[in-house]
Order: sequence, then structure tokens, then C-alpha cells
Amino acid sequence: MSVWARHQVFEKNSIILVVGILLVIAIGGLVEITPLFYLKSTIEKVEGMRPYTPLELAGRNIYIREGCYLCHSQMVRPLRDEVERYGHYSLAAESMYDHPFQWGSKRTGPDLARVGGKYSDEWHVTHLKNPRAIVPQSIMPGYPFLAETELNAESIADHLRTNRTIGVPYSDEQIANAIADLKAQADPDNAGTDAFNKRYPKAVVRNFDNKGGNPTEMDALVAYLQMLGTLVDFKLYNEKANLR
Amino acid sequence: MTDHSEIDKVSGKSTTGHEWDGIKELNTPLPRWWVWTFYATIIWSIGYWIVYPAWPLISTYTTGLFGYSTRASVRVELANLEAIRGEKMVKLAATPLADIVKDPALLALARARGKAAFGDNCAPCHGTGGTGSKGYPNLNDDEWIWGGKLEQIEQTIQFGARSGHAKTHEGAMLAFGKDGVLKPAEIVTVANYVRSLSGLSTGAGYDAAAGKKLFADNCASCHGDAGKGNPEMGAPNLTDKIWLYGSDEATLIDTITNGRAGVMPAWVGRLDPATIKALTVYVHSLGGGQ
Repeated sequence: MSVWARHQVFEKNSIILVVGILLVIAIGGLVEITPLFYLKSTIEKVEGMRPYTPLELAGRNIYIREGCYLCHSQMVRPLRDEVERYGHYSLAAESMYDHPFQWGSKRTGPDLARVGGKYSDEWHVTHLKNPRAIVPQSIMPGYPFLAETELNAESIADHLRTNRTIGVPYSDEQIANAIADLKAQADPDNAGTDAFNKRYPKAVVRNFDNKGGNPTEMDALVAYLQMLGTLVDFKLYNEKANLR
Repeated sequence: MTDHSEIDKVSGKSTTGHEWDGIKELNTPLPRWWVWTFYATIIWSIGYWIVYPAWPLISTYTTGLFGYSTRASVRVELANLEAIRGEKMVKLAATPLADIVKDPALLALARARGKAAFGDNCAPCHGTGGTGSKGYPNLNDDEWIWGGKLEQIEQTIQFGARSGHAKTHEGAMLAFGKDGVLKPAEIVTVANYVRSLSGLSTGAGYDAAAGKKLFADNCASCHGDAGKGNPEMGAPNLTDKIWLYGSDEATLIDTITNGRAGVMPAWVGRLDPATIKALTVYVHSLGGGQ
């Protein structure tokens, strides 16, 4: 009996065919995916990465809710023109706390992986409300409601907890103080800013939307945008050790 | 192999031996050249495994005979780019600003490089071509909040304004109304006085003498006795027709009541020194450089 005749077993029995397909895909998955979890070279060793603060995480959730990723990627590829325009190419370590990552391959708008600190808070607020107020040729939609919508902080501790379940190293203290930290980061006069800065060293405390009262969705989104790509200290990054 | 011995009478071709309700499938195999090309691509892939990074191992992976690396290749490309720009960019980085402007070749290079960098980094706020918008200064005119000399422009680009950098420009317009320094009626008076400085109309019942005194007491320390401004403090000239936020009474009242503190980010660290120099020369050359 030739090998072709043996193959008839798969062609004539759908259950055996399904089992066969699953087996082949499983082998492919094992070979291609599993090594990424144990190879040390997958994620570079860098200085400066920390989990998102509650306000930044809330901003990230708004970023995803509004579908910003449909037009904006967050990955500077290791290509000359991109490094020239946006800065150092993105590292895997920079999205190690992203669930899900925001890499993307379609750019209707510019890449945002290194947008943090590039513009002022006021620019972001004006631009998010009505992009054409500052950039006349922009085709981005306006999001004026963000500035008027108070941020729903109720569930933020659960978001931190969920992220911890999938490997983001939030401490019990950070989860317990999530709501207080969220409010403290958007208000420099808040009594909790010192405690916040202890829990999240180097995180920026500012009134991002320049409005009083409780943090708005605008505060959260601008806080998130202003920290994108700013965490890793490239002065301490060993480029030669991480060539791959 | 399946029995191909049966020949279809109508077409004269062999059948696959599959039969559905009396209908038999003709055996029409893929062309041989296609099949062999397919096998050849599989063999070709083995070559890829050998020369390029491919297989995961216990603690590392096969790096391949070519030693190819995306990150190494972008390093090479960036080095090539530097080589293309070559000595000119090195010279640009090393030459003092005043000498760049005197050397036509360097000036042309700085303007070209500056223009490209301006589009990538500055245009979102200052507009394409540096025309500015409300709160973001027009760079084509000869009004300079922090000074329009080459060194002053370079300093502003490097460290920004109220950017949080240790060397940034710090001065800010005070919130005279919010902080309770001036009463609402006084703010209206001084707003009208400021309008009169550049020849704009003033409201009915405006007391010029009171406006002048309020200005002298509260505003002159930064904007100068005549309202000509002071780049040391980032205080704009109030006697010309150029307005960053607007010259109408309502906007002026808002400015005096709530203050202004526009932020420009620091670019040192994000852009290399040669690019900052090129930007300086480009911005200086837009029209109003002093």
C-alpha cells in the first residue's frame, strides 16, 4: 500500500482529519510560540520600565475604547526612516506590561510610540477636542466629550488586579490605593501625591487637562500619551548586547 | 495510489476512482512543473534555516551563517546615513551659529535639514511653515517672546518654555484676577489700556489715566513702562499688532484674569545638537530673525 493510499484514512474520516490538523497546528505552535516564553533574548533587559499608574491605565483603556489603534500604531520599527522621524526603535521590553499590545501595522495617523513629551499638555487637550484647531490638514476626528466626562474611577483597582493576574507586577499596596493614586496624579495639590510618587517613582504628577475637580477622561488620556516611550533609559541601554 | 485504471469514455481521461451518485471525478493532476517548483521551495527553505536566524534551542536560537540581525542592519543604515551627510553635518555641529549664517554652503545645508526636522517635530504646534495658531507663536514675524537672536532661538529650542527642564524659560503671565491682585473692574480698565497701546479702540467710559496707573503698578515690571515687552522674562511686546492669544477685550480680560503659561517641550536629548542648530538657523531665516 502506497503512502497515498494510507492518506485516504484522513480523507475519508472527518474526525481523524480534525485530530490530524490539530496535531500539526499544535506542533507548529509549540515550536514557534513556546520558545518566546523561555528564551531570555525575547525581552531585553532595560532600566526604567514600570507598570502603568492607575491614571495612565485608565487613559490606555480610553485609548482602546475610542479605537485610537485603528489609525495609530505604537511601534517604531528598526528601519532607518522611522528611527530618523520618531526616535529609537521600540523594544519588546517597552510593551512588556501592555495587555494587549498596541503595535499595529496601519498608520493613518503617525506612530505614537514616542509621543510622550513631544507636545505640551495644552496641545494634546486642544488637539483632542478639535484637531483642526491646531493642525488644519488633520483628518482625525475630535473627541471633545473627553474633557467633559468625569473619569469613572470605580473599577480601576479591578483593572490593576486583572493585569496582575496576567503577569504585571502590581503590589497589594498599589491595588489597595488605586483610586487615591488615580486622583493624586491628576492634581498636584492633592495630599496623596507624595504617597503616589513613592508607589510610582518618576511618574509625572500634573493637572493634565488644566481643569479643577475630579479627573476627567481627558486627564487620563493625556497622562497616558505623555508617558508613551519615555520610560526606558536609553543611556543605560546596552544596544550591542541586544542586537537581534 | 488510488486506482486510475478506469478510463472515462467521453473524454478519454483516467478517473480518480471517486464516485458520487454515479458521477465520477476525472483525474486532472497539477502540472508537473508546478509540483516540482513547490518541492523546490521546500528545499529552498532549508537553506533559509541554515543562513538566517531560525530554530529555537534550549537557551538560545540558531543565529544562522549570515549572522543577520534587523537591529544590526538598522545600525549600519544609520551609520551610512551619517556618512552620506558626512563632514558637512559634523562641520555644522562644530561651527558657531554666527559663522553658519556667513557660510553659504553651511547655511543651505542647515536650512534644508532644519526644514525637514521642522516638519517632523515643530509643525504640529507652530504650523507648516511656522505660521502658528492661538497660543502657539508665529515664527515668521519679528515678534519674539524669548528673543529672536540665533543664540536665543537655540536656547529656546534646546530647553523649551516651562518644560520642566532645569534650564527652561520659566516666566509666566500671572493670574491677576484669579489670585485676587486686581478687581474685575480694574481688569477691564487695564485690558482697554493694553488695547490702546497698539492703537486699538477702547470701550465706552474707559478711564485712560486709571489704566495707565494700573499698568505701571502691575504690568510694567515685566512688559516694561511703555509695554515694549522683555524677552528675558518672556513678556511679549504689547504695542505691536501681533497677539499670541488675541487682542479683543474678552480675550485680554481672560488673559489678565487667569494668566498664561504656554508650554514648549525641551528638545535637547530628543534631537541631536546638529539638528537643533539647523532648526535654529531655519527658524531664524523664516523672516524675523534678529
